[in-house]
Amino acid sequence: MSESKDQGPASDPEGSVKTVETTATEAEASELELSGKPKPDEPKKDDHGHSHEHGAHADGHGHGLAHTMPLPLLFGVLGALLALTIATVAVTSIDLGAQGNLIVAMIIATVKAALVCVFFMHLLWDKKFNAVLFLTSVLLLILFLSLTTNDRGEYQHLVDEYRAQQLQQK
Amino acid sequence: MSEPSTATHAAKEASAPPPGAHDHGHDGHGHEAHDPIHAANPHLAHHFDTPQQQFDAGKLGIWLFLLTEVLFFAGLFCAYTVYRSMHPEVFVYAHYFLDTKLGALNTCVLLISSLTAAWAVRNAQLAEKKMLMINIVITIACAFTFMSVKYVEYAHKYHDGLLPGKNFQPKEQIWELKSFRDKHPEAAEYAERLAKLDEKKAEAPAAAGATPEGTEGKVAEQLERPTEEELEPLLAAGLVGPRSLDPSAHISRPRMAHVFFGIYFFMTGLHGFHVLIGIGIWVWMLLKASKGHFGPNYFGPIDFTALYWHLVDLIWIYLFPLLYLIH
Repeated sequence: MSESKDQGPASDPEGSVKTVETTATEAEASELELSGKPKPDEPKKDDHGHSHEHGAHADGHGHGLAHTMPLPLLFGVLGALLALTIATVAVTSIDLGAQGNLIVAMIIATVKAALVCVFFMHLLWDKKFNAVLFLTSVLLLILFLSLTTNDRGEYQHLVDEYRAQQLQQK
Repeated sequence: MSEPSTATHAAKEASAPPPGAHDHGHDGHGHEAHDPIHAANPHLAHHFDTPQQQFDAGKLGIWLFLLTEVLFFAGLFCAYTVYRSMHPEVFVYAHYFLDTKLGALNTCVLLISSLTAAWAVRNAQLAEKKMLMINIVITIACAFTFMSVKYVEYAHKYHDGLLPGKNFQPKEQIWELKSFRDKHPEAAEYAERLAKLDEKKAEAPAAAGATPEGTEGKVAEQLERPTEEELEPLLAAGLVGPRSLDPSAHISRPRMAHVFFGIYFFMTGLHGFHVLIGIGIWVWMLLKASKGHFGPNYFGPIDFTALYWHLVDLIWIYLFPLLYLIH
């Protein structure tokens, strides 16, 4: 839709502030076009106004607080996610060893998760600090799981001894 | 669509500011009423200078919340990891009771709702009010579909006695399940023969009055040594012990099988609870969207709701293979 294009100084009663912004945005948009910055994922012209980086627009408050996702990219990501879902179901029927299937399933799940994070949650265009925050949670999760499994492994011999005792008693 | 409405808002405020705009007039900062940025943005809270600042603060907040959500679920993933490493056979055994098709269907439903959620953010940014509402409605419809499928699964488990703890009393044996028979037809038949043998063994001593050893030896002759195809799936699912190369061994379900269903219900239950909360928030967003609140300067709430929704989707992306696709 082209609604976003009809922004003009004429429709703006607070002219002074907004006119400056609009001009700035237009300048940036044309700069993008001039520099030929590759944005293959942005087919429509009215997306260009949103495509600039945060840093360049830190105090912007007229147009586009964040990146707008182009529709072809959104549908492409959904297609990839559905294809990976089919793949992960299909791969279950192939025997890859006791741990092999689990590892493959987790790799596929992680690729899917990354697609969701990077595109659907637009981390790619977001402030890097938000990505750092989220990766921190993943790091904490990995620490939590690995320390627990490590600790449990330490007591495996006690479990084994206990079971051997029980078997003997039978 | 948005610009005219923003313009009208702005025009209104210029002449007679709406009640909201007056709030900050009381706190001694009278100059704010004349602040052109606040006047032009009716949804800009008085403690923020610009819509950008408001948006970035909200975004930081939702990402911090998502971090705590990951840690919240981490406890359950940890329980899963520990139990699966201790009792892998329980997970192999129990996963035959789950319907992979329903799980895959729910995965697709959630992925599609994730797309409509991401699309809704775009609609809000571009002030496409109608498409925004359509996408929110589709997202909510997907959420209800997900919960309906979950209901079907839960009801099925309840009827089949597949509940945690003492309530784990499966009505069907694993070798009677279609999922097991399709995958391991030989093993299913062998298990059936073994189970019948067990029954005979239980009856035989009383009937014939013979010593258990003698009976066992006699009956054991009826059952040949299992082949690899017959034995392997039963070993993996913990139905027979490693000693079962001895044909007289009996068949039984793994002792800790109920633990899987404890983990299953807690993980999918907590996830389902998040879906329910998500439905509530989306309905709220739908109401806000219907009032035409969202546009290029104010779409944070839609963005943050969508981020929460994507996290719910993320967790399911891991739950699906971990619970349904055990090999």
